[in-house]
Amino acid sequence: MLEIQNLHVRLEAEDKPILKGVDLNVAAGTVHAIMGPNGSGKSTLSYVLAGRDGYEVTDGTATLDGADLLAMEPEERAAAGLFLAFQYPVEIPGVGNMTFLRTAVNAQRKARGQEEMSAGEFLKVVRDRAGKLRIDADMLKRAVNVGFSGGEKKRNEILQMAMLEPKMCILDETDSGLDVDAMRLVSDGVNALRDAGRAFLVITHYQRLLDHIRPDVVHIMADGRIVKSGGPDLALEVERNGYADILAEAL
Amino acid sequence: MTVLDGGLQPEMRAGVDRETIETVQAMAGKYKYGWETDIEMDFAPKGLNEDIVRLISDKNGEPAWMLEWRLAAYRRWLRMEEPRWAMLKYPEIDYQDQFYHAKPKSMAGKPKSLDEVDPKLLATYARLGIPLKEQMVLAGVEGAGEPRRVAVDAVFDSVSVGTTFKAELAKAGVIFCAISEAVRDHPELVRKYLGSVVPQTDNFFATLNSAVFTDGSFVFIPAGVRCPMELSTYFRINAENTGQFERTLIIAEKGSYVSYLEGCTAPKRDTHQLHAAVVEIVILDDAEVKYSTVQNWYPGDEMGRGGIYNFVTKRADCRGARSKVMWTQVETGSAITWKYPSCILRGDDSQGEFYSIAIANNAQQADTGTKMVHLGKNTKSRIVSKGISAGRAQNTYRGLVSMHPKATNSRNYTQCDSLLIGQGCGAHTVPYIEVRNNSSRVEHEATTSKVDDEQLFYCRSRGMDEEEAVALVVNGFVKDVLQTLPMEFAMEAQALVAISLEGSVG
Repeated sequence: MLEIQNLHVRLEAEDKPILKGVDLNVAAGTVHAIMGPNGSGKSTLSYVLAGRDGYEVTDGTATLDGADLLAMEPEERAAAGLFLAFQYPVEIPGVGNMTFLRTAVNAQRKARGQEEMSAGEFLKVVRDRAGKLRIDADMLKRAVNVGFSGGEKKRNEILQMAMLEPKMCILDETDSGLDVDAMRLVSDGVNALRDAGRAFLVITHYQRLLDHIRPDVVHIMADGRIVKSGGPDLALEVERNGYADILAEAL
Repeated sequence: MTVLDGGLQPEMRAGVDRETIETVQAMAGKYKYGWETDIEMDFAPKGLNEDIVRLISDKNGEPAWMLEWRLAAYRRWLRMEEPRWAMLKYPEIDYQDQFYHAKPKSMAGKPKSLDEVDPKLLATYARLGIPLKEQMVLAGVEGAGEPRRVAVDAVFDSVSVGTTFKAELAKAGVIFCAISEAVRDHPELVRKYLGSVVPQTDNFFATLNSAVFTDGSFVFIPAGVRCPMELSTYFRINAENTGQFERTLIIAEKGSYVSYLEGCTAPKRDTHQLHAAVVEIVILDDAEVKYSTVQNWYPGDEMGRGGIYNFVTKRADCRGARSKVMWTQVETGSAITWKYPSCILRGDDSQGEFYSIAIANNAQQADTGTKMVHLGKNTKSRIVSKGISAGRAQNTYRGLVSMHPKATNSRNYTQCDSLLIGQGCGAHTVPYIEVRNNSSRVEHEATTSKVDDEQLFYCRSRGMDEEEAVALVVNGFVKDVLQTLPMEFAMEAQALVAISLEGSVG
């Protein structure tokens, strides 16, 4: 589904290479995890895939079901089925959470040539999915992420994902700042979306999220490259021994 | 009423979204109302002198007292200087190079009803989206209960062409007609109140208006009457080089209520057009008036060519105890906006509110705000101003809060927020505060922020395009004010916000 080949990316402002040849294949129906020390390029990878400004791709390709992601505007990537759950979701004062969701859902439907969702249907779906994430009516009415706790923001990201039904979901440190209960809620939300037509790329520092969202493949990223890939055991190894051995071995 | 929150008004929200987006896309940089109706016009000669004032008065069939009033204003105006204190830059206006009266020729015969009105005029309003004929039912707006209705008094250049719902309003004792008609049919009311809020001598533009006003609306709500429908005037400047000087007079007697909507559009012109209106509102004991404006006169092009010069004096006199006025304005148009809808809080316990959205894009300049003059005891005022600047535009909030010695225990709250889009624009806040007693309280809060790239990327990563993302963020910024508008106006205003900011990013 997601194919990344030899991806090189430079941070424009600092003229600094961040990604130095990333290769990654994520097949439909699978969950991949990316772990790695701070500054290894994990978040950069997620931003570049989503189309954020400030990064220059100097080499390599990234495709989603064969379509060239890097040639698309961020909204086109979204309509093509890519979703990024942000590590730090931004606040949008005055814009109701429900309004935001509905605008997003209908923008994507329009881009795909589908009918807009009727108000009644939308309400029904959003209430159902919000309920599963323990997001109450009040939180749907409040302005997007304004005054939300860390946990509420992350649950809200997962709600957006559940409403938009993307095929390629990238979760950027969704577990950061979550207590145990919130982590379970978020993980349950993610697991409920797992199916044969959908893939996940989970970026995390910690093994504990992967106890809840069981990955098929675990990658270790360091200095802008994926240096080691393996099964779920690899995450346990990191948890026990840290990155030092793996990095030493890779270099 | 919640306008923006899909949770409470999902159907409405869906309509707004679709309309906003489609309109933005359809327009592709064009001013939607920039066409001209091809109707033969009957002009008075260019320029201004006593003969022109007499001609205007004569064409309106006015009594002698009205002419004398105009002439007194004209003579006064000759001795006045154009004010230049506003933060506005524009070339000198040649007052002799304007037409002061233009009316469609087909009006010469004076239609008895709408059926006799030139179909081209009606077509003009249809293109503006104003349903002028009967059955102005806005389905489903309020959910349960009676559908809302709006009576429209349409002003086409200098002559009011038709007033709907007159009969039903008359039954309630409400008078809603062209002011030219009121001068003839209700001279006692006009003589009593005209110029009693905005005197002839008030300021350069108001005095000019007093001399040459051609038409406008007149509203009288008798004591104890709640006006059975919202009243609306749609102004439109059509003829080239014609100043439009409309004059509106609203009188709310004791215990009455009315909500009045004013919308403005003008076709596209390469030359600048002058517009100097006066609105006077008199509010007696326990009465309440809501006055909402959506102003989208032609703003000029990206280079600052053309566009309306809008110099407006609007003032409400809360004469009675416990009287109340609420101004809401959405100012998206005009090359120059000079406008300070004011509240004179004369009656004890009277209240004034001012809610404003002012958007300036490209080369537009806006210097707008309000005056809250507290004269009575326990008077309250509230100001919420949202200024948005984009392109090279300059947007100034100028507001006065004045607490007189006798206005004890009075309060004001002011909130001024500015939003900047891009690098080339400016926002300015100029508050004047005078407090001359010890028991009153004045609060002022001001913020300036920028549309944030992070917010836009967040929206786009969820599938919205850039225009949609900006419109969403900006509509969030102005939400507090949009909520004070009647529903149908709020929808139009929300669409206008998106249209006015088109091309401001990227």
